Amino acid sequence: MENFRYTAAADVHEAIRLAGAAATAQQGARVRFLAGGTTLVDLMKLDVETPEHVVDINGLGLDRVAVSSDGEVHIGALVRNADLAHHPHIRAHYPVLSQALLAGASAQLRNMATTGGNLLQRTRCVYFRDPDSACNKREPGSGCPAIGGYNRNLAVLGTSAHCIASNPSDMNVALMALDARVRVQGGSGPRTIALADFYLLPGDTPERETVLQAGELITDVILPPQPEGTRSGYLKLRDRASYEFALASAAVALRAEDGRIVHAGIALGGVGTRPWRSPQAEQALLGQAPDAARYAQAAEAALRDAVPQSENGFKIELARRCLAHALATTLPPG
Amino acid sequence: MSVITEAPRPSAAADARGGTPTTLRVNGTDHELLLDPRATLLDTLREILDLTGTKKGCDHGQCGACTVHVDGRRINACLALAVSMNGRAVTTIEGLGTAQALHPMQEAFVARDGYQCGYCTAGQIMSAAALLHEPCGPSDDDVRELMSGNLCRCGAYSNIVAAIQDVRGKR
Repeated sequence: MENFRYTAAADVHEAIRLAGAAATAQQGARVRFLAGGTTLVDLMKLDVETPEHVVDINGLGLDRVAVSSDGEVHIGALVRNADLAHHPHIRAHYPVLSQALLAGASAQLRNMATTGGNLLQRTRCVYFRDPDSACNKREPGSGCPAIGGYNRNLAVLGTSAHCIASNPSDMNVALMALDARVRVQGGSGPRTIALADFYLLPGDTPERETVLQAGELITDVILPPQPEGTRSGYLKLRDRASYEFALASAAVALRAEDGRIVHAGIALGGVGTRPWRSPQAEQALLGQAPDAARYAQAAEAALRDAVPQSENGFKIELARRCLAHALATTLPPG
Repeated sequence: MSVITEAPRPSAAADARGGTPTTLRVNGTDHELLLDPRATLLDTLREILDLTGTKKGCDHGQCGACTVHVDGRRINACLALAVSMNGRAVTTIEGLGTAQALHPMQEAFVARDGYQCGYCTAGQIMSAAALLHEPCGPSDDDVRELMSGNLCRCGAYSNIVAAIQDVRGKR
């Protein structure tokens, strides 16, 4: 691990000020916030992350889940994954989020990992994690050996000629389906970003993964209230029953009135370069009665633009079936 | 390996060497340390405090051999920077029970033969002891799910689950 300066920030303003000294908040950032450390410390040991300054934000508070009078839920960036998964309000009103969190990592890691940190979880692409390999995300312009190489776990949606790395998070998939927003604070004040606009496609700049600017700190995730009658669920498919990243996963939030689907929030995990919201699948369901054929059509629509790599073509059918099954178990046909 | 220095009292001179003053409360005893910021909690426990019961397996949060409790909750000590644990209460396997007064989970692992080589055992027991205070369903599968962060290359899993269920009174 490269050496670094360590500062335990006393408050949000100090954290932002210290991080504002960096030129970027993306890959290669010279200042990094330390929350749970489960991604950052891991990548620092691999010399994939080599910050000169680590700003510990664990003393900032930001560890509450608050339900406002209008029903919005404000989740502090430092709420641990385990605490969020078991929070009574989340379990009761956002089961897809609780299920997704508990499908991720191990009990130890869920006690460490935070809401804000999970939003910024990095890909498990083996070339990204190995500084001796070329990787356009880690070292722009160096190439992508995953294309034509080991790509079984990588993306089929949102890829480019420069990067096919998949986003590995479970939590983010649920947050996408729930229309979450991210609240950040920076040198020029706070701003709120729809999660759908938070992640960037790799394009020809895969080193840029989010819209975060240098010095911006995630302070909250905001969930809109779920109207009465909304049902939600998460299904994750993987190589072993526990403690493994998704090959494909689906987060769905559905509401039917008078036998017709009036709301659909649908997102896929394990198959996209970012947590993959699917407006195509949602459109295929709106106004329709919940039935198996309709669910299959929605799944077909969600994967229509998928591009297989040399080893991961199986994921396309896997993701289709994953989504169709998640829909059928969350809102059973007729 | 990082150079880690210990001094009983942090001082300005020590600071100038680059050590970060850190107070770790380990098994009820406060330790005032000057630490290389790169030092993990795991390496600090083993190499500075000579608490070698906590084991290093993968060093990347994947195997669970380094599981300890911080403020009563289980974590992977290999992914925690020791400097970030300033003021926190750490419990290791040495603080869970003693040879004369074993923790019930330690007794159960002995009774059920929940190990073979023993390398993962401290992490397994720390994980299992924390599980007792977490939401966990009654079945063996519920236990397996919540113990999936602790690998055992010898494959003692069935006896580990039996030991945990004994302590939980589920068998």
